[in-house]
Amino acid sequence: MGSLLAPALLATEAHAESPEFPILTALIVIPALGALALALTPASRPELSRLVGVGMSLVTGAMSVYLMTQFVIDEPGFQETSKHSWIESFGISWNLGVDGISLFLVVLTGILFPLALIGVKPHHDTKSYMAWLLLLEAGCMGVFLALDLFLFFVAFEIVLVPMYFLIGGWGYGERVYAALKFFLFTMLGSAFMLVSIIALAFLHERATGVLTFDLVEIAEAQALAETTARWLFLGFAVAFAVKCPIFPLHTWLPDAHTQAPTAGSVILAGVMLKLGTYGFVRFGLYLFPEAATWAAPVLVTLGVIGIIYGAIVAAVQRDLKRLVAYSSVAHLGFIVLGTFAFTSQGLQGGVLQMVNHGISTGALFLLLGMLYERRHTYEIASLRGLQRAAPVMAAVFTVVMMSSIGLPGLNGFVGEFLILIGSFPTRRWWAVVATFGVVLAAVYLLWAYQRVFHGDPDDENATFADMTWREGAVMAPLLALIVFLGVFPRPVLERIEPAVGRLITHIEERSDFTEPAVTRQGTGAVEVVGPAAVEEEGAEEAEEAGAETGGEGEG
Amino acid sequence: MLDAVWLIPALPLLGFAILVLGNRRIGEPWAGWLATLMIAGSFVAGAVTFAGLVERPEEERQHVYRVFTWVAAGGLDVDLGFLVDPLSMTMVLFVTGVGTLIHLYSIGYMHGDPGFHRFFAYLNLFAFSMLMLVLGDNLLVTFLGWEGVGACSYLLISFWFTSEANASAGKKAFVTNRIGDVGFMLAMFLSFVTLGTLSYVNGDGTGILENAAALSVAAATGIALLAFVGACGKSAQLPLFVWLPDAMAGPTPVSALIHAATMVTSGVYLLTRLSPVLLQAEDWVPTLIAVVGAATALFAATVAVAQRDIKKVLAYSTVSQLGYMFLAVGSGAYVAAVFHMITHAFFKALLFLGAGSVIHGLHEEQDMRRMGALKRFMPITAATFIVGWLAIAGVPPFAGFWSKDEILLYAYAKHPVLWAVGLVTALLTAFYMSRQVFMVFFGEPRWGGAVDGEHALHEDAPGESEAPSAEVAAAQAADHDGSAGAADHAGHGGVTPHESPWTMFVPLLVLAGLAVVGGGLNLPFEGTHFLADWLHPVVEATEAEIDVSDGTKVALAGVAVVAALLGIAAAALVYLRHRIDARRVEPDVLLQAWHYDQAISAFVGGPGRAGAEAAATADRTGIDGAVNGVATLVRNGGDRLRVVQTGLVRSYALSIAAGAVGLLAYFVVRTGI
Repeated sequence: MGSLLAPALLATEAHAESPEFPILTALIVIPALGALALALTPASRPELSRLVGVGMSLVTGAMSVYLMTQFVIDEPGFQETSKHSWIESFGISWNLGVDGISLFLVVLTGILFPLALIGVKPHHDTKSYMAWLLLLEAGCMGVFLALDLFLFFVAFEIVLVPMYFLIGGWGYGERVYAALKFFLFTMLGSAFMLVSIIALAFLHERATGVLTFDLVEIAEAQALAETTARWLFLGFAVAFAVKCPIFPLHTWLPDAHTQAPTAGSVILAGVMLKLGTYGFVRFGLYLFPEAATWAAPVLVTLGVIGIIYGAIVAAVQRDLKRLVAYSSVAHLGFIVLGTFAFTSQGLQGGVLQMVNHGISTGALFLLLGMLYERRHTYEIASLRGLQRAAPVMAAVFTVVMMSSIGLPGLNGFVGEFLILIGSFPTRRWWAVVATFGVVLAAVYLLWAYQRVFHGDPDDENATFADMTWREGAVMAPLLALIVFLGVFPRPVLERIEPAVGRLITHIEERSDFTEPAVTRQGTGAVEVVGPAAVEEEGAEEAEEAGAETGGEGEG
Repeated sequence: MLDAVWLIPALPLLGFAILVLGNRRIGEPWAGWLATLMIAGSFVAGAVTFAGLVERPEEERQHVYRVFTWVAAGGLDVDLGFLVDPLSMTMVLFVTGVGTLIHLYSIGYMHGDPGFHRFFAYLNLFAFSMLMLVLGDNLLVTFLGWEGVGACSYLLISFWFTSEANASAGKKAFVTNRIGDVGFMLAMFLSFVTLGTLSYVNGDGTGILENAAALSVAAATGIALLAFVGACGKSAQLPLFVWLPDAMAGPTPVSALIHAATMVTSGVYLLTRLSPVLLQAEDWVPTLIAVVGAATALFAATVAVAQRDIKKVLAYSTVSQLGYMFLAVGSGAYVAAVFHMITHAFFKALLFLGAGSVIHGLHEEQDMRRMGALKRFMPITAATFIVGWLAIAGVPPFAGFWSKDEILLYAYAKHPVLWAVGLVTALLTAFYMSRQVFMVFFGEPRWGGAVDGEHALHEDAPGESEAPSAEVAAAQAADHDGSAGAADHAGHGGVTPHESPWTMFVPLLVLAGLAVVGGGLNLPFEGTHFLADWLHPVVEATEAEIDVSDGTKVALAGVAVVAALLGIAAAALVYLRHRIDARRVEPDVLLQAWHYDQAISAFVGGPGRAGAEAAATADRTGIDGAVNGVATLVRNGGDRLRVVQTGLVRSYALSIAAGAVGLLAYFVVRTGI
């Protein structure tokens, strides 16, 4: 569908006033064109298909990185926006934009896709495989960039189709069952969201006289009655909760992961789960601030249940992929907690953790794929002592595992820490329970590592081959990111901060919620570095609230 | 000069990076020398910084060096920075000093190991983490080191990973530590919401240490308790000590460095660092710390009495000595705690390295019942071990006497019962250490097949031995046979003990020297309280004031010496003169450590595991079944949809579009457009 739109859009683009290169449109169109081009390549030449697929994804990745360099740090609003009327009579437009919240998810998408494409070779039908993945990339980019509700919905739905076929066509064992389960779960959620979107647009029209699907316009107008907003929020929430997935809607995930081909798992965990959490931040909180604060206790509770429950269930899994799938339930629980804490740290940590989880879990699934290529099993019991035979892979696995466990100095910790310290002021007891999740994360991952890599290898595992150069080259950027983001997350955080700050102000203005101001209790005159200075302006007016916090400590 | 502080952790980190990137290309022995050089450089940088600090007047001995902003979000602003003050520099010097000696020792000990370079990479990473821990200028950097040392501990305990026991011990250490770390994390959160900062010192009066008095008693109590939970995990106090005895599965230098001298003292460091918060907390918090410390000290000492593995005795002894340090912290004797931490680092590292030398000389034998009379074969090891023994037993004028005496003094001032527990522990300590020395170095030789009932030995102590892979042992053995330094073991019917190479015994000699004179750091005489004076700016407001007459002090010291001598004499009766059957003083319940660990394992492995399995089953059947409507739909729809699945993409796109259009139409009609 994306590819069908392309020509029309490019034509519109020509009329646009801005002579600048429409980079956001290109991020969607290029992979879509790539998919189209692949459809034209002969199926008999898989290496050509591979070249086109990898090439297109690399171009997209390079552009996403370029976008990051062009991003203006202190601008809290949307950047690089491009808006073109699409279905005028309904006020639907091709409306794209990027801000600190979506920027790194776009970059993550741009980076993970080529790695997944390079890292894993399909066992048959390279052409369709590549085409589906490129279409998937276009869809994911569309979700993160869309500022039009209808466009967002289209992209949100589009991604289901390639993923369905990837699982069904290149997956394992019970792939058809898993693919259908995945499809039906998410379709069910989406149906609620579609209803909400349409109702929202029409209710907005009734109140303001303008029929539009423009996210910003609708969100800023806030023309809904309180109860209505809550119902519509729930419609969105169901779709996002399935996608995340939030307990108890998570049961499609282990099946989908287990049966999906490696690249599918990488993208599913790395990018597609974030469609849910991103949806909450971008649409849930922005469109329905009051409803979000109203529903927060429930969502936070479910998130925390997910953290503990996911970890416990992960611990006793016998299949590595299922184990990582359940670990995702736990990790996404953290993100939900951070998001609905509505504090600067919590939300920033949540956004950062979306990226971190994409990197760590993407890397984990890539490693599992390499493991599978050698041993043709994901079953923990049949693997043993691999560290003896493959020390390099074991070392890489250890780093990725430690990142997932949340070891300080690696990326996972920063996000987790911000989420917990950010939810502590507003959701104290939830944060306390969630903190125990870090113990459980160590339990299931270290135990799995012990059973797979430690011990004396038996005959079947003794000849396990270590990583190849190609595999090393795929893992290297991910490892670099794991360390870099753990040591120096500032470039990322300072880009996320303004957008998050704006969102919190938006929520505060439109609900009873006030972010508790946590400031240094002393004589003041603290040198504040970078974007934190923005917050500092508000510090004075927030002093009353600060006194409240102090009082809580004294109590 | 103080700004050179960044070099202190940077050098070991550099060493780690080089060793990782060089991998096998930097083989033996260069990997070892490189790592040793890095930590030695770190020691020099530490000494330079120390000198810079000494030059300053006392009230200016506090310097913060910020490298860059690490994590900043909203009102949270955490730098990667270092705090140079008397406490951190004291820690730096003994960590890098003892660390250098142990690195050097490891070059000999790990000789011939296929993972030689990996070992030294881990050691350097550990040194880096430990230095971050003690140098960090805020709780988060300390936590970085805190978790870092835990991870290195995990990597090093399971270093010989082919053995399941080692792998399990590593995992157990990490997980148990993490339980404590939850406490640490919550302490950070609480400190953030109450003080708005994680920094110890901000320079404007807002840092945790500067501003602790502004904390409410409730908040201070909370932070102190949570930090104490963290400290219990890392420093192996009741009830979280269980990982430390198992950690002996790691190579012996690791036991000496991480599980005796440095990492396990982190908890004591943390509580000393946060002493202003402890002061602000409810009075029962320090009391609780003292009680837990005393209880741990006594508990572990009773267990050490019956252990047979040479390293297990030292492991429980370490737990017990750490208990002393917590007793000191709880009694407000921060200087004594740090003093004992240092002397303990000297003599316990010495004892562990000596034990390693014995194990090495006997070809990986760890059961003390298969040792004996080794002083003839390993004179240097024996002599240095005996120094360590006298030091830990509290015999004057060795280092341990002075530091232990000071702790007992403060404990007495806090409450006589605490003192009594400490005294009994001192007696037991003298007893079990003497037992060890007599069993290992004196009496009849029982090695080389001289012992009977070999089978029974292993039945008694399942999975207790260090057990590196057979390959490693063989490689080491083979190598020693070939090397000139190795003595005469012609291999007739067993092993002949031999003295270790110079890289191993030089550290022993140095540490033995320190174990003799270490007490000089802080003698209880007029004008000789060097450590107390040095640490004065840090603990000025928090150190307890005690009111004990000089006569009482002398009497207390005298009683302690008598207790030590009694312990030694009792052990001599049993193990040297054999007047009493040893089996009567080694009840099984003590050998099994009061069955505490087994109970936990049984619970985790039994009901705990079963519960998790039940959750997993419920997830498959219950929760999946709760959405059974969907599942049925899948099954029924499966056949029909399979037709679609065979090819037509458009059907899918179409069905989505049709659904969308249908809903759209519905709304259009409803809203009447």
